[in-house]
Amino acid sequence: MLKRQMPDRIRAAVGVRMADAQLPAPFAGGLEYGAPARGMWNIVHTGMLIPGAHEIFVCAEGCLRGVVLTAAEMGAAERFSMISIRENNVLDGDMEELIIDGVTDILHKLPAMPPAVLLYTSCIHHFMACDLDRVFRTLRGRFPQVDFTDCYMNPIMRKSGLTPDQLMRRQLYSLLKKRPVNDKSVSLIGNDLPTDGTSELVRMIRENGFTLRDITACRTYGEYQLMAESFLSISTYPPARAGGDALEHRLGQRHLYLPWSADFDVIDQNLQTLAGVLGVPAPDTAAARRGALDALEQTRQLLNGKPVALDYTAVPRPMELARLLIRCGFNLTEIYIDAVSGEEEAAARWLQSHAPELMLYPTSDPMMRVAPRQAAEPPLCIGQKAAYFTGSDAFVNIVEGGGLYGFDGIARLAGLMADAELNRKDPRGLITVKGLGCGCCGI
Amino acid sequence: MKQTARIISTYTSDASGVASALFELGGMTVIHDASGCNSTYNTHDEPRWYDTDSLVFVSAMTEMDAIMGDDEKVIGDIADAAQQLQPRFVAVCGTPIPMLVGTDFTAVAAAVEARTGIPAMGLATNGMHTYISGAGMALAAVARRFADRSAVCTNRRSVNLLGLTPLDFSVNGSDAAMRRLLTRAGWEIVSCWAMGSGLDELCRAGQAAVNLVVSSAGLPAARELQTLFGTPYVCAAPFGTAFPQTVLQTLEEAADTGVCSVPYTARPTAGAQTVLIGESVTSGSLAAAITAETGLPVRVLCPTEAQPALLAPGDCMAEDEDDLIPLLAGAQRIIADPMYRPICPAGSAFFPLPSEAFSGRIYRRSIPNLVGTPLV
Repeated sequence: MLKRQMPDRIRAAVGVRMADAQLPAPFAGGLEYGAPARGMWNIVHTGMLIPGAHEIFVCAEGCLRGVVLTAAEMGAAERFSMISIRENNVLDGDMEELIIDGVTDILHKLPAMPPAVLLYTSCIHHFMACDLDRVFRTLRGRFPQVDFTDCYMNPIMRKSGLTPDQLMRRQLYSLLKKRPVNDKSVSLIGNDLPTDGTSELVRMIRENGFTLRDITACRTYGEYQLMAESFLSISTYPPARAGGDALEHRLGQRHLYLPWSADFDVIDQNLQTLAGVLGVPAPDTAAARRGALDALEQTRQLLNGKPVALDYTAVPRPMELARLLIRCGFNLTEIYIDAVSGEEEAAARWLQSHAPELMLYPTSDPMMRVAPRQAAEPPLCIGQKAAYFTGSDAFVNIVEGGGLYGFDGIARLAGLMADAELNRKDPRGLITVKGLGCGCCGI
Repeated sequence: MKQTARIISTYTSDASGVASALFELGGMTVIHDASGCNSTYNTHDEPRWYDTDSLVFVSAMTEMDAIMGDDEKVIGDIADAAQQLQPRFVAVCGTPIPMLVGTDFTAVAAAVEARTGIPAMGLATNGMHTYISGAGMALAAVARRFADRSAVCTNRRSVNLLGLTPLDFSVNGSDAAMRRLLTRAGWEIVSCWAMGSGLDELCRAGQAAVNLVVSSAGLPAARELQTLFGTPYVCAAPFGTAFPQTVLQTLEEAADTGVCSVPYTARPTAGAQTVLIGESVTSGSLAAAITAETGLPVRVLCPTEAQPALLAPGDCMAEDEDDLIPLLAGAQRIIADPMYRPICPAGSAFFPLPSEAFSGRIYRRSIPNLVGTPLV
């Protein structure tokens, strides 16, 4: 009803001009709405990257519902079990026994003992001060052949230190056991999706005789353990950075944070840094840089002034991508984003000066539930949420950077934009699938 | 009880049940939760989410909100959103942490109402019960709060449908088929709780001569309406081709005598080699319908909350895998959601009957409309 009565007013009320945006939080917090764009991975998807690992969640039914069906939708129900918390467990103070007995029961019922168990506890364990040390000590004693690690589904802690997503990407490597260092082995950590083999980063590692290890390519638990021998771990996805630091501390692997970037100077610097650590010649990136610009120019000409929108789920640094697109002459009109990362402050400040009319829209504000989702001229969108909120069927269907990286990644993104313009998609059929690229089938 | 599930799913929670029950009524439902409940609800529990702009939000509670007992934040946030969106009413319900810190939902709702002038209801869910509990609580609260006390029944063949939720019947035309079946039999449908009716229709529920409770989520509202208007109720879903006649006859008797009844509990279950797993009213009704059309007795295993009166002799509650597995042993035929299949004995014949409330959207396209439909 509200939508029909005053669509323009809703858009105006909820959006903010880039020039007026308060950084890093352009929008006031409050109630939150969840748009049905579900391509981002969650902790179930990410945990399943460890080959053969079994996930056990200990939560109330309401929390279990989303994770068990995540596992089922990705065809991994056999690798997922759960323990249900009820009121009596809260009142009786038997939480530790519930977990120990429950995990024991589940492991005895599995057709084969898994090499590893990811045991996810929840908000309630934190508030009840559950003795997780005792839980894990007991379980490790009972099942010495199983590697246990602690994982967390505690969204209430998302503003208290590491977020659940960051914790997941840290714990994902916590099962790696120290082994002799191999100075020809390099690990790429913390990504849900494999980084393109055509990227300058991957090519530099492989073409100089190094073995690249990535959890997304591991087929066995043994292969996963080989990541422990790398002398270097590289993180490119911001939520993975803490995991790299933890590995450096625990296994002595040097950690390089070479973040996904759409800033050509940062891309260059990342490659120079990596070359220095690998002890290989610094690459000449002039041709790759030119290739990225050429690809962007071709797409710009194809779009011919058509509006472009992007959202924060598509790439790790949407503000940098926005700056690049505007510098290259694209008609970027809107960004769907709830908060601006500190890593992107410079890009955001540049946009405030050079693209003051660019509109920012939140994705979780309640008003977005009733904001009109059929733009008069649907833009070319980069990301699922932008596609949802604009009603556009011309969109680049990627999340978390989509495996794109470096100049090669920018060129490929330009190609995906052109493809999106030429080959329209079914937004509903694509964006409602959970965990894009994890094997979930369409619903 | 180890409360474990090695492989099976779990039912939609009470908080999602609240949101689902109120979805079409023009209100605003707020789940007091950190995060997660929103994506679970809108991805797995709510088939109408993509197409219908109903107002369901989470409070985005943080650790500090919980520790400091900062109810003012959630009250203020709800009031702000309500003033912007102007819903017909506000419902606020909870999850484990609000339960743990003792959130008083009635008080939160009263504060929201005082601040906005919009009717508000507090529903003390905690995420530890199934949708039956939450949806039941929500529909009863609607009856208590909004049913027009001056309503008078003028048609002895008028009925409300209670507990008609997509979690029990999906979005496959079952609701329309139920309306059609009753209308063709000469019944006037006053309201459907809560698919296909707005709040105004529900307000007129007191005009009905009888209430048909088609899932156990409708029973608390039926009892509330019985208290308010003396309306009797019948618990049954008109599945199959033969059983609807029993339902219609029982409705007439209830309307004429004022006596409540659960007709499917009269079916035989002794020696049943066919087991049906599911919510009590829909499963009991389907069991009766199967018996009516095939002569086979069917036993119901009910994993969701159910009043004893909603189970036939021989039916039983079975919440966990450990409860279910021994009860399934020896069954020749099992009718259940496909996600139960891994715990069914190898020698039994399995007949998949997907449930939105158990497997969510995974098998949605295979959920049959059984209303008035031949079963064999």
